[in-house]
Amino acid sequence: MSTTDADPAAVHPRIADPWGARTPYPRDSEWPVRVDQHLAPGVDEDDVDWFLSASILHSNGDEIDIAVKDGRIVGVRGDRHSRVNRGRLGPKDLFGWQANASPERLTRPLLREAGELHETDWDTAMERIVSRSKELLSESGPGAFGFYTSGQLFLEDYYTLSMMTRAGIGTNHLDGNTRLCTATAGEALKESFGSDGQPGSYADVDHADAICCYGHNVAETQTVLWMRMLDRLSGPDRPRLLVVDPRRTPVAREANIHLALRSGTNLALLNALVHELIARDWIDHDYVEANAVGFEELAGSVEGCTPEWAAGICGLEPREISAAAELIGTTDRLLSTVLQGLYQSHQATAAACQVNNIHILRGMLGQPGCGVLQMNGQPTAQNTRETGADGDLPGFRNWANDAPVEELAWLWNVQLAQIPHYGPPTHAMEIFRYCEEGSIRFLWVSATNPAVSLPELERIRSILAEERLFLVVQDIFLTETARFADVVLPAATWGEKLGTFTNADRTVHLSEKAVDPPGEARPDMDIFRDYAERMGFTDKEGAPLIKWSDPEGAFEAWKECSRGRPCDYSGITYERLREPHDLQWPVTDERPDGTERLYADADFHAHPDDCESYGKDLLTGAPLDPPEYRALNPDGQAILKAADYVPPHEQPGDEHEFRLNTGRNIYHFHTRTKTARAPELQAAAPEPWVELSPADAESLGIGEGDMVEVASPRGSIVAPARITDIREGVVFVPFHYGYWDTDGGDSPNGAARAANELTITDWDPASKQPLYKVAPVSVRKA
Amino acid sequence: MKIGVAIEAVAAAERELADELIAVGERHKPHHDLFQLTKTLARIERGHVDALAPHAPRYETEVGDGDGAPDPGPLRTAVEKGAELLGRRPEAGLLLLRDLRRLHVCAAGVSLDWVALGQAAQAAKDAELLATVTACHSETLRTLKWTTYRLKEAAPQVLTS
Repeated sequence: MSTTDADPAAVHPRIADPWGARTPYPRDSEWPVRVDQHLAPGVDEDDVDWFLSASILHSNGDEIDIAVKDGRIVGVRGDRHSRVNRGRLGPKDLFGWQANASPERLTRPLLREAGELHETDWDTAMERIVSRSKELLSESGPGAFGFYTSGQLFLEDYYTLSMMTRAGIGTNHLDGNTRLCTATAGEALKESFGSDGQPGSYADVDHADAICCYGHNVAETQTVLWMRMLDRLSGPDRPRLLVVDPRRTPVAREANIHLALRSGTNLALLNALVHELIARDWIDHDYVEANAVGFEELAGSVEGCTPEWAAGICGLEPREISAAAELIGTTDRLLSTVLQGLYQSHQATAAACQVNNIHILRGMLGQPGCGVLQMNGQPTAQNTRETGADGDLPGFRNWANDAPVEELAWLWNVQLAQIPHYGPPTHAMEIFRYCEEGSIRFLWVSATNPAVSLPELERIRSILAEERLFLVVQDIFLTETARFADVVLPAATWGEKLGTFTNADRTVHLSEKAVDPPGEARPDMDIFRDYAERMGFTDKEGAPLIKWSDPEGAFEAWKECSRGRPCDYSGITYERLREPHDLQWPVTDERPDGTERLYADADFHAHPDDCESYGKDLLTGAPLDPPEYRALNPDGQAILKAADYVPPHEQPGDEHEFRLNTGRNIYHFHTRTKTARAPELQAAAPEPWVELSPADAESLGIGEGDMVEVASPRGSIVAPARITDIREGVVFVPFHYGYWDTDGGDSPNGAARAANELTITDWDPASKQPLYKVAPVSVRKA
Repeated sequence: MKIGVAIEAVAAAERELADELIAVGERHKPHHDLFQLTKTLARIERGHVDALAPHAPRYETEVGDGDGAPDPGPLRTAVEKGAELLGRRPEAGLLLLRDLRRLHVCAAGVSLDWVALGQAAQAAKDAELLATVTACHSETLRTLKWTTYRLKEAAPQVLTS
């Protein structure tokens, strides 16, 4: 499917039909190729040079060739050889590249003087940062520093940052915005399998007989993965589809069973599904006996969780729950996918663990069509997790176990004590808390926009605006967050720098430098290296701490850090990544072609000496002690975690009788810094809206398009109404919209519109992922 | 037979722990996790009093229900407001450590009361009481462990900043 813009005013066909034409295929066969391409008007494909890359506008990892003509990006095409997309691209892939050439790109560093940001040169900007850092380091020590990064940089950037902060500064306060999107995926995998690592593969869609999407609006968040599912659903051996979502999403519309449950009740539903599997004996007892611990505790914990019990809590019919359990319990090939509907909701980790439990109980792991995909929200979130730029240690090392931390100290050639490991790395919400109380006084934000994406924005703005906080923002645009900064550093992005990143099914991509960055913008890794050098960070022999000077050098160093760990990259080279054959980690001497599925032989990384985490109590987040874990799981089997349902902390009441569900839209990514600068995407979804059910709209006297006010104890927003098939009592607002393209700039000027004005500062006790989908709100005609 | 006394002691200690949890949560409202979780834990601890209630008549006593102290209304609002203001100052951290220590000691006391009652239930061959004690005690131990974890998490930043 090749497309070019003939009439720029017309809606592009791939905006109108984001998933494009069907290519149905039967079970156990290869997904057909369909090459999607979009070039700027007037550009001939014979006149362009192509550069290898993949998408960083969602987490699917669609492989993209970047078209370049006269030193400018002029279009994209899907890579026909890619195991991920087989030539297909989603709407954000097709149009999002235009943001690179936006005239609003930051091209020079900015420095705050007399309250205003002014352009300056790199030396001046970096010296300002370094002098403040040195002053603060001697005054208050490493605990006064915080680093908040992204899910959109490259592996080489993150690894450099991780080393610079943990071994250079020596602080524990480093996390990524991956905390908001993927922390629960990582935590649930650690809890169930001892270590992070995606068990399944996208190819499981080709083989599955039943697909369950838990809080996963895959049609909008991973459009190309949905195309694959749609092609199976329209093929000859249609898999059955179960969807758990309070909204009637495009995925729900295709479902055999759609459970539109009450917000905040996921765990009650999942406990009932597990109850049914046990009660009706849809259990692979041999598998559980041989490969898992915790069955008795789990069975005891769900004993009272009948469909009737859960139906009352979730607002469903008992028979719907029984039917869902039957769909899960009677299939031979089960694929489950999980995303924000669970991760950003109440009891996130406990609910995500129950999905893992279903696969352990049914013995369906590591075989074609039998996979769990605990999805990621952001394109390179996987690498934030792997390299320890997210509140874990690099290479999935256990902070509570000295041996792997000693190994890290040896790799980095620093003293063990230089790497803080006396407690879990500080999570993002706590980093902002420390900024609020004033114990962190230096915050470096790279490639993310907390002034729109964190909960309770009024609070976040007041923290960022604190005089005592020295704020560095490294970005490609002057975001809402950047407007609060003391120093703004202009960065290069996708297509302008070389590096690698990894998608949610462990496929490693190489992204070439196709064009030069604009003005003086620099690759993120170079900025971090520059800082480390100016700070004089050294190893224990006095040599420079960071020993590489280019992306490939960083990658080679990372390979050594990952060697022998679950995310083993040791068999990968840049050269191999340039070949058409895709590689999924682990890639080692023994597995030179990578590993499509983990745990085929129940070979979990859960042994007490090897595991990334000893696990946590899912209600309080308190970690298990090493001896406790050793007693629970001496042989490193899978762990059937159990947790009781408890009601959400805030309940709807007289004043705030609805539950707010914030979320994503197919045409935008994150805080729209890129997608709003692609004309087709911006035109497709130019402003926020409030979705409510026909019954709620009627009782409130609200018609389609009427302006409505949504209010919580933390703030209020105004946006036009969309009346949809959403569950009664739930309202949905997309979270993408902030203020950079409004008069306010960094905050509301007049009525607010950012969904996070309303959200509550609260997080899952185990994964520390904030809750974006349960805040009680009021709704009225504005 | 003084099992009735032991039951009363556990019930009183659980009520006190629940009240303490709520009070500490309100005093440290800017620590949002603490503010929310202490409410959940307080509800669970109060539930233990309800769980004990059916056993009490066998030992000629009563423990009432798990309801906490009446809502102090405006006073609570004042405490929370004060917490928010104080929460912008680093010195509040020392108060947090002190409060977590107090919660820990309080939860440890309740845990020991459960141990005593559990031993008594075994000696008296009261299997029903023992089952209740075992279930409740494991939840109190969880609260106890959480206080240690939360203090461990908070201490480095409080004491080095």
